[in-house]
Amino acid sequence: MTEFNSKLDASGLNCPLPILKAKKQLNGLGSGEVLYIVATDSGSVKDFDAFCKQTGNSLLDTSEADGKYHFYIKKS
Amino acid sequence: MSEKKLAIIATKGTLDWAYPPFILASTAAALGYETQIFFTFYGLQLLKKNPKLQVSPLGNPGMPMPMAMDKWFPVIGTAIPGMQSIMSSMMKAKMKKKGVASVEELRDLCVEAEVKLIACQMTVDLFDMNSSDFIDGIDYAGAATFFEFAGESDINLFV
Repeated sequence: MTEFNSKLDASGLNCPLPILKAKKQLNGLGSGEVLYIVATDSGSVKDFDAFCKQTGNSLLDTSEADGKYHFYIKKS
Repeated sequence: MSEKKLAIIATKGTLDWAYPPFILASTAAALGYETQIFFTFYGLQLLKKNPKLQVSPLGNPGMPMPMAMDKWFPVIGTAIPGMQSIMSSMMKAKMKKKGVASVEELRDLCVEAEVKLIACQMTVDLFDMNSSDFIDGIDYAGAATFFEFAGESDINLFV
């Protein structure tokens, strides 16, 4: 289990809200801190990957279980 | 690192066409783009304080209709008085149910992310609109101002 500093529950939200809310919450974190996100939007898997590639933050881990997607993003 | 830039022209004032500019602008801002939207003609509706946006099934054969109405009563079924309001309400309810943000919510997120919103002064005057009709914090300018930013943008979109 990856450790995290902050958690965002984006369940039930659709594109682009999970990304926008994650970005907002990352703004409040310090460099090296980890944001844990739970989402139900299946499009968010590719979107969080693309988000991290473009913003320089690292996607530490992703997983899927029971229709929920889990992301751990480490702020650059 | 020099920031990427995105310039969008928003020309449509319907519920469905309100989404592309606000979704793309808010997402681009989250990705670190400096973003600007220039609203002209019917696109000005998207800047109203209380936008009463609707979606029209009329002349829109791609719009899914309940009970296959478009199939049984093509064109005329979509032209029935009140149909536009009904379809708009249904669309808004469906969006809410599916967790799609409202136009106002996306617009607020754009403002918060410092997306620059510019109303076309010419069309504001043309339609006898007033700055008090619009949300605060927007600029009023013309085509030359748009090109000042668009000319150095990485992406330019016309919606």
